[in-house]
Amino acid sequence: MTKLGRVFARTLLAICFTSVALSPVIADEAEGLRIATERKARNSGWEDTVASTTMVLRDTRGKESERALRVYTLERADEGDKSLTVFDSPADVKGAAFLSFSNTLTPDDQWMYLPKVKRVKRIASQNKSGPFMSSEFAYEDMASFELEKYTFNYLRDDEFDGQSVFVVEQTPVDKFSGYSKQLAFIDQEHYRLLKMDFFDKKGDLLKTLILEDYELYLDQYWRPHTSEMFNEQTGKSTAMFINEIEFKTGLKDSDLDKDSLKRAR
Amino acid sequence: MRQLLPFIALCCGAITPIAQADIEYSGTATIEQRYFLQDPLFPEQQRAQTSVTLLPEVFMSWNDGYDSLTFKPFVRADQYDSERTHADIRELMWLHASDSYELRAGIGKVFWGQTESVHLVDVINQSDSVERVDGEEKLGQPMLSASYLMESGAVSVYVLPYFRERTFAGAEGRLRPIVPISNDNAVYESEDEQSNLDYAVRWQQTLGDWEVGLSYFDGTNREPQLIVEGGLETNDLVLRPYYEQMQQVGADLLWVNGAVLYKFEAIHRKSNTQSFVAAVAGFEYTSVGIFDSVYDIGWLAEYQYDERDASFFVPAQNDLMVGVRWIWNDPDSTEVLMGYVQDLDDMETYSAFVEASSRMTDNWKWTLNGYFFSTQSQSDPYFFVRRDDHIEINVEYFF
Repeated sequence: MTKLGRVFARTLLAICFTSVALSPVIADEAEGLRIATERKARNSGWEDTVASTTMVLRDTRGKESERALRVYTLERADEGDKSLTVFDSPADVKGAAFLSFSNTLTPDDQWMYLPKVKRVKRIASQNKSGPFMSSEFAYEDMASFELEKYTFNYLRDDEFDGQSVFVVEQTPVDKFSGYSKQLAFIDQEHYRLLKMDFFDKKGDLLKTLILEDYELYLDQYWRPHTSEMFNEQTGKSTAMFINEIEFKTGLKDSDLDKDSLKRAR
Repeated sequence: MRQLLPFIALCCGAITPIAQADIEYSGTATIEQRYFLQDPLFPEQQRAQTSVTLLPEVFMSWNDGYDSLTFKPFVRADQYDSERTHADIRELMWLHASDSYELRAGIGKVFWGQTESVHLVDVINQSDSVERVDGEEKLGQPMLSASYLMESGAVSVYVLPYFRERTFAGAEGRLRPIVPISNDNAVYESEDEQSNLDYAVRWQQTLGDWEVGLSYFDGTNREPQLIVEGGLETNDLVLRPYYEQMQQVGADLLWVNGAVLYKFEAIHRKSNTQSFVAAVAGFEYTSVGIFDSVYDIGWLAEYQYDERDASFFVPAQNDLMVGVRWIWNDPDSTEVLMGYVQDLDDMETYSAFVEASSRMTDNWKWTLNGYFFSTQSQSDPYFFVRRDDHIEINVEYFF
């Protein structure tokens, strides 16, 4: 056998071994789904939350602009959650409100209320990859985490910020998602999302989300008080701070519908 | 105004027992510069016009937010046009909400419909037409209303005990016919005139990807007809607004299909002098992050049909509107909307508009609106305003 032939044979062998190493892919998918299911299960049963939040938009020169939002969220067991976001500042958008019914299989139902003209406008939710309030968060990043929206693949164990994490690849099912895939870094002790890398349709890293200052509510539910989304391609970033959050406030369906949207303020 | 007093009294009566209400004060002040691109038709008119507005707002809520009162007076002072200098109560509304119903009493605004270029179904409020030529600014309407709230829908009943006359530019104002229209000469079909009791019913519901609305209105037509008396030669030409009684059935639909919103409105309106159908249908398609940028571009097209002949207030018989909404997705929320309306029966009759706005700081914002009209036909409504193309620059302060 020639030298070239031997190199070729070794390469072939290496490829075979790699495929052998990749063959328990089904097991990895199962493990990915197990981790995602556990993550979802540990964060269910909270019924509803009312949060006052601040969003800080930073451009490449470090110039900041702030928005104050109140977010009312109602958990739905078999479907995605309902949420109502009320804008408190800047002053010209005060009283505007955004209503979203996150669906597991069909596109989300979304409406916007414009107080100046007293008009509720339905939104085409297929435009989910568009920015939410000019921030680095897309509309789809604001929607609730639902298992049906992704396929999962467990990649590896790793360390992040001094904690042991699972690294799980999530591929959006919806072809209108702005992402080809996401890498979720989930801590092994509490199954909390600590970091997420978002890859654009070309497969390049687009954004990184870092979730910090987790606090425990009702001895069961962890919430990050700081989430910061860094756009790796433009250098811009958006930080979202939870100033206050209350659980099980008794929100009803009638508190999150088109009629309550009009009187949200 | 005398007829409004019972409502004000009613609202005041509703709030007196409130000791521990949360009260919020806010508002908007603007300075506006209007600039007309052509010399005026009439010697009293000007090329440029400055005005200021104030719109304070007091809001209080009590009973865990289930009761609230909103008070929004409005005033504009115009440099030349004494009719454009005017005041209004945009809102003085008591609202009681529960899980299954809402009650409203006072003065307020109601919007019905889905389309962008004309609002056929939307007939509760009178247009404050001296404010903006597009008719989107409305006068406060006295009303009592009750809504029964269902899952993803509502049925609302309105009783409207007092009619608001449309506002018209004065002699010094632009955007008027050869002599100013004055409500001092208004003629009513109803012997109760402005106190005619109007009523309306509306059902609006979300059905999956559809938004469906049906409405019925019986009362004074917000859109007057013009009665011409005298003549120019005899120097006694008078244009009287005639407010007749009408019954109108309206339907509005919106269908979300992927990234496209399909919109439709249709009405049948009947009165002693006319019975006709009008409709508007179109779509809005938004493409997000166009050409790998952060910009969104929305494409709009709407076809407008009206069975009536052209009249001063009805320019759309067989017209097509095409428009572009350009959203910058920047921290200042910069947006530009441009539209062009072509009369399909007369290619020389068309109009165009541009509306742009952006935030300067958290409390300051600028807006720029431009309106352009063209016609060669003396019978077209645009003939009166053919030299009134104008640009408005507003600087708004929010407090």
